[in-house]
Amino acid sequence: MRGNAEMHELVAPGSLDAVLDLLAAEPGQWTPIAGGTELMVAFSAGRLNAHKLVNLWGIPDLRAIEVTPQSVAIGAAATFLDLRKHAVVNAEFPLLARAASWIGSVANQSRATLGGNLVNGSPAADSSPVLLAYDAEIETISVRDRRKVPYSEFHTGYKRNVLAADELLYAIHLPRRFACHRQYLRKVGTRRAMAIAKVALGASALLEQGVIREIRLGAASVAPYPTRLKQTEAALLGQALTRETVLAARRALLAEVQPIDDIRSTAEYRRRVAVNLLEEFLLELRREGSRP
Amino acid sequence: MNANGNARKDAHWPAIRFTVNGESRTVNVPPMKRLLDVLREDLHLTGTKEGCGEGECGSCSVRMNDELVNSCLVPVLQAEGAEIQTVEGLALDGELHPLQEAFLRNGGAQCGICTPGMLMAAAQLLAHSPHPSEAEIREALAGNLCRCTGFVRIFASIASAAGASESEPAQEPIGQSDLERTQHAR
Repeated sequence: MRGNAEMHELVAPGSLDAVLDLLAAEPGQWTPIAGGTELMVAFSAGRLNAHKLVNLWGIPDLRAIEVTPQSVAIGAAATFLDLRKHAVVNAEFPLLARAASWIGSVANQSRATLGGNLVNGSPAADSSPVLLAYDAEIETISVRDRRKVPYSEFHTGYKRNVLAADELLYAIHLPRRFACHRQYLRKVGTRRAMAIAKVALGASALLEQGVIREIRLGAASVAPYPTRLKQTEAALLGQALTRETVLAARRALLAEVQPIDDIRSTAEYRRRVAVNLLEEFLLELRREGSRP
Repeated sequence: MNANGNARKDAHWPAIRFTVNGESRTVNVPPMKRLLDVLREDLHLTGTKEGCGEGECGSCSVRMNDELVNSCLVPVLQAEGAEIQTVEGLALDGELHPLQEAFLRNGGAQCGICTPGMLMAAAQLLAHSPHPSEAEIREALAGNLCRCTGFVRIFASIASAAGASESEPAQEPIGQSDLERTQHAR
């Protein structure tokens, strides 16, 4: 069944304040829409449940990328092309620029937004492993207040997150302290463009005198939502990068992930690939040290 | 449906204004109507094709505010004030765009369903990167699927158009002056 445009209301209040007022006036009634690369697919197929939509596309406050000495604040409606073109993102957060280049194709990257990728909450989201590796923080906004939560605590279940009914995802903050970290990102899928990840791993680590002083591992498609691999990180933190450490980390990862069988892959394949990606990163870290 | 019936029905909907191929247009349609359907049904610009209807195949690619978009994924309200170029905006005064010439000459089109989208993705590429590498061509066209040509002739067409516009203007039916005249649509 085709979607019928007459069955859906779409309004464009224009300013961020006006959108927030609307969300506050009728909490839970309005579904925000930005680039439409997710919601319009559902609409076309006649399975868009939202009947009242409020437009976020074209609100400048939401698309700004602001750089301060401490952090880069990415407006939730910044597109993946915006990220690919941004000088500081490319220089200091190269994994984010790379993940952006893997999302769909040019025509998707010109419309799909970073905030949309997170709010949509796909377990396979391309930007998520990177944001977990970079210790991103999410800033929400409503007429009541603004608040920040670590991105690692943003998702609370399959397609669920911490946003209240009157809140919008406002910005994604990346701390500018990863220049000396070894950074890693690999997505395994069927094709470079337009493919959804079977498994993806993003990582950042700091190695001092052969010992892992800091490590963050973010994975996609191994759990109901994108997730930090905290047990695996714990098996590595403070350890020298020996063969035993790598084997212990592999065991921790296998115990920690909960992949499923679906149309794109199998749980067994995902488990094997996930540990191999981890090992690839650790060997790279041992071989080349933390400084990229 | 007769004109009066249309007017009564359309009066419910707000006016949405944008330009298509340099011409300003106003439509009174449901704001969630897909730009693709507005182009085809309301403006009768049927060059833009629907393939998958879910942003995977690129057949409905158009240029909006100097970015390539899948028009099947754009609710028309979001096109308010935008400058849109469709495949109908490539040829100028009956003369084909260099990309269209190159597709013809190199066998870049077979059944033709993907061709308008291919042309728009290629036009977007050349507008920002007049001398693309093979890798850049492949990346720019990665979201446009073709089931006939095997892609190689499409890539060759684009490379040829990019080369022709610079190095062989004298031998080409469409030369540099024509490229300049189509700037409004780029």
